Amino acid sequence: MKKVFLIAAVSFLTIGAKAQSDKYIASMKSNIAAIDTSFKNPINLLTLANKFERIAIAEKNQWLAYYYAAFCQVNYTYMEQDKSKVDAIADKATELIDKADALMPNNSEISCIKSMIASAHMMVNPMQRYQEYGPEAQSYIDAAMQQDPSNPRPEYLKGQGIKYTPEQFGGGCAAAKPVLQSSLDKYNTFKPASDIHPNWGKERVEMLLNECK
Amino acid sequence: MKFVITIILSVLIISVKGQVKISGNIADTKGKPIYGVSITLKDTYDGATTDSSGNFAFVTNETGKHILEATIIGYSSFAQEINIAKEPINLHIKIKELVTELKAVVISAGSFVASDKNKGAVLSALDVVTTPSANGDVTSAFKTLPGTQQVGESEGLFVRGGTATESKIYMDGNLVNNFFYSSTPGMATRGRFNPFLFKGTIFSSGGYSALYGQALSSALILESTDLPERTQADLGISVIGLGGGIQHLAKNKKSSWGVSYNYANLWLAFKFNKYKQDFYTIPVYHQGDANFRIRTKNGGMIKYYGYISSNKTGFRSPDIDSTLLKDAFAIDNFNTYQNLNWRENIGTGWKLTTGISYSTNKDDINNELQDASNQKQVITTPAFYAFKNFKLKNVAQYAQARFVLDKKLNGLNVIRFGSDYFYSREKSTYTLYNGTKYAETVTDNLAAIFAEADIYITNNLAAKIGSRVEHSQVVDKWNIAPRVSVAYKFKDNSQASFAYGLFYQNPERKYLPAIAGIDYSRAAHYILQYQKLTSDRTFRVEAFYKKYTNLYKTSVSPTGQELAANNNGYGYAQGLELFFRDKKTFKDVDYWISYSYLDTKRDYLNYPSSIMPTFAANHTAAVVVKKFFTKIKTGFNLSYNFATGRPYYYFAYDNNQNKYVIGDAGKTINYNSMSFSVNYLPNLGNDKKKTFIVWVLGVNNVLGQKQVFNYNYTNDGSRKEAVTPPSKRFIFLGCFLSFGVDRTQDAINNNL
Repeated sequence: MKKVFLIAAVSFLTIGAKAQSDKYIASMKSNIAAIDTSFKNPINLLTLANKFERIAIAEKNQWLAYYYAAFCQVNYTYMEQDKSKVDAIADKATELIDKADALMPNNSEISCIKSMIASAHMMVNPMQRYQEYGPEAQSYIDAAMQQDPSNPRPEYLKGQGIKYTPEQFGGGCAAAKPVLQSSLDKYNTFKPASDIHPNWGKERVEMLLNECK
Repeated sequence: MKFVITIILSVLIISVKGQVKISGNIADTKGKPIYGVSITLKDTYDGATTDSSGNFAFVTNETGKHILEATIIGYSSFAQEINIAKEPINLHIKIKELVTELKAVVISAGSFVASDKNKGAVLSALDVVTTPSANGDVTSAFKTLPGTQQVGESEGLFVRGGTATESKIYMDGNLVNNFFYSSTPGMATRGRFNPFLFKGTIFSSGGYSALYGQALSSALILESTDLPERTQADLGISVIGLGGGIQHLAKNKKSSWGVSYNYANLWLAFKFNKYKQDFYTIPVYHQGDANFRIRTKNGGMIKYYGYISSNKTGFRSPDIDSTLLKDAFAIDNFNTYQNLNWRENIGTGWKLTTGISYSTNKDDINNELQDASNQKQVITTPAFYAFKNFKLKNVAQYAQARFVLDKKLNGLNVIRFGSDYFYSREKSTYTLYNGTKYAETVTDNLAAIFAEADIYITNNLAAKIGSRVEHSQVVDKWNIAPRVSVAYKFKDNSQASFAYGLFYQNPERKYLPAIAGIDYSRAAHYILQYQKLTSDRTFRVEAFYKKYTNLYKTSVSPTGQELAANNNGYGYAQGLELFFRDKKTFKDVDYWISYSYLDTKRDYLNYPSSIMPTFAANHTAAVVVKKFFTKIKTGFNLSYNFATGRPYYYFAYDNNQNKYVIGDAGKTINYNSMSFSVNYLPNLGNDKKKTFIVWVLGVNNVLGQKQVFNYNYTNDGSRKEAVTPPSKRFIFLGCFLSFGVDRTQDAINNNL
């Protein structure tokens, strides 16, 4: 009897855990699928950021949930028209990505988000802030490349930065093209570790390259 | 077995439980709906985000007691226990807006902030160095802001009817006693410190905080930079000399050190620019400095800055009393300054800022009357000629210790208090033409305690209330100086502020020792300000009234020295000031306009009555325009300073009345000066180049407009001569290089 009870209990626990993990994967998948369309409307992006954060807090040790929450928040800063609000949102993104970093240190994808956050701070007042945040954004891109040379995203961010830098400052299409092309080559062979691991940016790179034709 | 079945059944029941809808709406305390609030059923995936009407709705499978949380940036977080049964739940939640730095009103009456970080800054750190009329001098950029006078014959900031000595300069909280190079007759000297040392500056033209004292008019508060962003070497070559330095940032980015040395020799500048004085000792400056900065474990910072400099100059100008003779003035100066500062978070919201500083200054002045062939002449009749030959040696030591404790309360509310201790010992030896020496030492110990509170009632209403108590050995009295400022933010984000304060000051060293028991001189400030600040436009208007009482009156001692005699002087200053800065209207053009109206009179020192002082103009205006052409990597900066004429006087001693009377008076011509500078940055934005180059060409008084600062009178007042700038134009050309030592690779390796 005791044995039966134990077996039953253990199997329920495993079922419970499996259900929990299925729920996590399913929720993450549906939320990740929603990211692409959310770029049209800032509120959708914020809604998604909040959803990821809820998952992250409930799960406690899933770095990807924090990662996507930070990803949505930092993209939200790019859509925020009121520049005076950007720093606070970017700080929120930092708070989230730091939690992801604590769970998964030295991760290339996390370094990419950190670079995006530094760029968000810089864009508030590029003239005044370039000195501080320019090198910071760059150093995270460099770190991301080092941490995972096969990751296409650091080069995507780098190439995008070069493309939007005026030509007289060493930017423009001509300078950006080789970097973006190298990123695209990596996208073509890149395999995310799972369905819910980061796998964004390819369409953007193709678009940027197209604009540079 | 039954037991297991029960378990299975109960699991089944749990999974088929009904879905419950939770909805509601979130508003602030005024009932305004809040958008973007995250609603979470704690430790579950369930929740929602409010829409633009503040509404939210979601369904949950959870049952029983749960905590519902609502969070959003800038508001206090909300949590409530709810019991989820079968019925839908509807909630009306009110959350309170937090008083945050971003949204809160800025207490700004009387002060201009120049910084890259501070909210409410009207100038950036870079503006201080790119304002053409400033020539890279820290204080000069502030002469394009309202409230300051265009005084060219002597250094310092003359603010709102106050003298330059009524403005004090602080570095990281510590007073800098000899901020400027020692005065030379008729010529303004520059500040000693490199503007790139400072990350932020607060220029207060009145009503400043209780943390500072001993300045009747104004406080210039300089904050030195923390850790540099990278290891870097700098080299500069210009028409006035050359200099170089290195800043080294440790691999862990927790500490840095730096040294620099500058050598200035005006030989080349004199070839470029014609000077009216005959310089027999071309000004030569040696200046070295060193620093270290350490970030402590708790996010605190230890900073040291040390400076040492020596300079000498000597020049002849025609003696005013005789067309044949000349006055030869020579000065040899040696100055040191050390400042050690430590700020630390000491837990539970307390912050300690403490600092010590020590400085020395030595001036050797030699004044001679010379003939046409530059030979010393001693003429004893009339007697005043004899006094044109003198030597003056000043040796001074200053020390300061200071601490401030801050306690952060809820929101932005802060209380702070602390203490200052100043020690000064100034010895001057005056040698007459006949070798008679008069030596005098004045020692002062000044202690101060102060307390201040920042009170944010809401994001729209804030006050800063403080008081300072001081005791100086020289005056041997206590003074109590209350300071209050209040700020209110309107719906359109513009704001109004009011400031009031009492300010006390000791007599200047040169009027000491006092003849009789003296008191502190005193000023009361009343300031009313309206300001509208957006990211690319600033508009502010300020009205002020300043009442001077107990100003020092002087008497001539038997040895011919003018000394503080009593506190019977008085005065007032009132005015209206406008400032407008705009980066929006014209693409890539940044300009600011300032205008000051000043009405002031005072009776002090040897003034015969209450009159408008020689350092005050009724109307002062400045325009600064900057445009950067990214295509050619070149910035063009133009500034125009204007002031109406200032009064000048000849005070004649009336032996019958036993006092000075106005023997002659007038007003100088209006002051006009246009300055222009070009900065060319050839390697801008080129990451491949490790050297960053800045070329600077600057021309002061481009149009060569005639400027008269004041008039000097002959001893008997029968003739006067205009005090004009030493050269009509000043042309500056320099090249500054930075060699960045790239540490990116180190940064990556350390992260792995």
